[in-house]
Amino acid sequence: MCGMPTILMRMAQSVLTFTDRGIYCPAGDFYIDPWRPVDRALITHGHADHARPGHRRYLCTDACAPVMRHRLGDISVETVKFGETRNIGGALVSFHPAGHLPGSAQIRVEVAGEVWVASGDYKVVADDISEPFEPVECHSFITECTFGLPVFKWDDQKTVAKDLNAWWAQNAADGKASILGAYSLGKAQRLLAMVDPDIGPILTHGAVENTNEVLRHQGYQLPDTIHATPDLNAKDHPGALVIAPPSALGSQWARRFGPSSTAFASGWMRLRGVRRRRAADRGFVISDHADWDGLMSAIKATDAENIYATHGYTEIFARWLNTQGYNAQVLKTEFGTGEDDTQAPSGEAA
Amino acid sequence: MKDFSSLFTTIDQTTKTSLKTKALADFFKSASDTDKLWTIALFSGRRPKRAVSTTQLREWAAEMGGIPLWLLEESYPIVGDLAETIALTLPPPSRDSDLPLTHWITELKSLATVDVDQRKARILNAWDQLDPTERFLFNKLITGGFRIGVSQKLMTRALAQATDQEEASLAHRLMGAWTPETTTYHALIEVEDVEADDSRPYPFYLAYQLEDGPEALGAPEDWQAEWKWDGIRGQIILRNGAHHVWSRGEELMTDRFPEFARLTDFLPDGIVLDGEIVAWDGAQPFPFNTLQARIGRKTVPKKLLKDAPVILLAYDLLEHEGQDLRALPLQERRARMDAVLYDLPEDAPIKAAPPLPFDTWGTLAQTRATARDHRAEGLMLKRKDSPYLSGRKKGDWWKWKLDPLTVDAVMIYAQQGHGRRANLFTDFTFAVWDGNDLVPFTKAYSGLTDDEFRKITAWVRKNTQQRFGPVRQVTPHHVFEIAFEGIHASPRHKSGIALRFPRMSRWRRDKPLQEANTLDDLKDLLKTYG
Repeated sequence: MCGMPTILMRMAQSVLTFTDRGIYCPAGDFYIDPWRPVDRALITHGHADHARPGHRRYLCTDACAPVMRHRLGDISVETVKFGETRNIGGALVSFHPAGHLPGSAQIRVEVAGEVWVASGDYKVVADDISEPFEPVECHSFITECTFGLPVFKWDDQKTVAKDLNAWWAQNAADGKASILGAYSLGKAQRLLAMVDPDIGPILTHGAVENTNEVLRHQGYQLPDTIHATPDLNAKDHPGALVIAPPSALGSQWARRFGPSSTAFASGWMRLRGVRRRRAADRGFVISDHADWDGLMSAIKATDAENIYATHGYTEIFARWLNTQGYNAQVLKTEFGTGEDDTQAPSGEAA
Repeated sequence: MKDFSSLFTTIDQTTKTSLKTKALADFFKSASDTDKLWTIALFSGRRPKRAVSTTQLREWAAEMGGIPLWLLEESYPIVGDLAETIALTLPPPSRDSDLPLTHWITELKSLATVDVDQRKARILNAWDQLDPTERFLFNKLITGGFRIGVSQKLMTRALAQATDQEEASLAHRLMGAWTPETTTYHALIEVEDVEADDSRPYPFYLAYQLEDGPEALGAPEDWQAEWKWDGIRGQIILRNGAHHVWSRGEELMTDRFPEFARLTDFLPDGIVLDGEIVAWDGAQPFPFNTLQARIGRKTVPKKLLKDAPVILLAYDLLEHEGQDLRALPLQERRARMDAVLYDLPEDAPIKAAPPLPFDTWGTLAQTRATARDHRAEGLMLKRKDSPYLSGRKKGDWWKWKLDPLTVDAVMIYAQQGHGRRANLFTDFTFAVWDGNDLVPFTKAYSGLTDDEFRKITAWVRKNTQQRFGPVRQVTPHHVFEIAFEGIHASPRHKSGIALRFPRMSRWRRDKPLQEANTLDDLKDLLKTYG
């Protein structure tokens, strides 16, 4: 390459640009959470809409890699520790906890003194299992806004845990199983960290238990669980809490537990219409994503001027940020078609 | 309001009718008489008069929530309920209180007499001492439509359990023009002899749809057939020299239909008739849209009275000489009714709905096929020895409607639903071809499965061309079969036609856009059936 034109071009380019394959860093020639196969992918976390198959090389945190290998099979993964810096081409890259689920990261990219942060998905309150969210100062911040409306505000985890345990204990006393629908990576383990194992046995669906095994192996502390294999007799485990992916509720698989009460754990349960449509007995408002106040405090803490809003109520949220003195834009991505709360209750991210 | 709020939470957390009934019965056993009376009122469609406009509520809520009004407005269609949107947006209350339901209703009623600044101060003061669920209920009291998964029937059953009374007799007690201001819990529910209320109607007996043919009903001679008219189901009551007209929705409509005042000249006192109110052209009913012009009017201009006069096509006699006849067999009630209505002048605003003679189910099916020629929607089948029950009960009364008319149409606009359908696109506008243009002609909201609504919602989000507030213009692509019961000329609509009961009967994924029906096809239907 001959010097001048390239340098001029590079100066004119943003640290991160937005392409049809995903978020791209020209200085480092890598993508962040791309949705089409690329040569080099930096991955924030293991949910399917962020960690997709088919890339040649992956880079993620050492905390995130085991789940990625578990889900994507034989991939070429390089890992870094949280906070460790790495030069990739002309870019200085580091990963910082996003608090979304165990191993989840925001990715900081610095080029010629200008700093951008791609947050992936995040949650600002601690949950007793994920590495707590760490604000990273930057000039430009790419934020999710799955719950970017003022109606979304979460109760603190202790309050929800109390309700959850009371529900389980009541069902156990009534001779009923408690079947709780939750996504298998992240939400399920967070719930495990919230429930009181003294109430009764905890049974898990295979999808949840496989993820549990991976995380336990990494050293994350989870209470004992029993994998509900096909030959397990539900009668041997009275008063059990059963944690399963939402799709398993109402299925043949769930009927084996006999009389039961059903519940979902999701930020969407904040909305009564969604709760009723789900037709479960209970809806626990618990999300891996930041609520309205969490989004605002996270954005403020970055001290960024430029905000790019992605997956969620992007247009409304960007409009609001612009009234608050930020330079905010909507960023169209293909996130939010995945398996956690980013999936809006109607089947797709709004 | 904590007891009422906890009742709501219990009801809201279950889909099982038995648990809802028990929760409500428990509430009826423990609450104060005034709270009980208001609870009965709310669950039977009675609510305090609205003292604050929803516009004011939105403005005040945005202000207290520290957000611009537009942001609250944008959140509303996503939440799908204004009362809930406000409850979720407000900051946590600064203090706790446990004032009873009746207190808050009294407070709302008293707002009518104070100026707007005071109203605002008192609403904000209420919000500041109610938790999110209590706020939601408080807001619901203001915005109306207190539908929280409790039907009047379920409420009546719970009340029957709590008071050890018969459900049917309670249902009758709860009919009529009472409000919590005009009665007490004791007078309404507990006194032995129901206070004389001359206007009190009987609970309507409702028919089920006959899904297959009538052969399974048994011997034809056990059944009576009538046209199923497309009007307003109503009861006309003549007691103590006065007349009262009730709709099936328990709305008192006496003033809307002044024609019936003359009935006291022809008919004896102490009778209650059940039938269909229709606009009458002298020989048969006008199409429903003629009657529609009358429904909205509380006072009727002379011209409309002349152009769209109404009559009652009576088909049942529920009370005669002041005696409740409901336990008698239908054929006996019918015979008495025919005697009462015998030899009335031709211009009397009442006629006995003619029974349709038939020997076999086959001949009846032929009669049914001609229903549209008689401006009827199909047939009613009633067992001749059946008593007049209350509510929708299977077995003795069936409606055997004509197959609907259908047209294949293109979806061009979509809007999100409310309540259980919040966040889903469920309300659509459909168009037919007029040359190369698509002309909108109807909206439809129902007929798809939850799964289909989810799929179309995902599609709408990806294929929005333009937004007009909550309405999205989408790429013309999907064809739906629209089923409807009737078609009428309508100058108010761009297409010049209006449909009766339109709904989506099928998602025609197999049908290309170009093969949807045309405006000329609709005009042909109008000529044939309009």
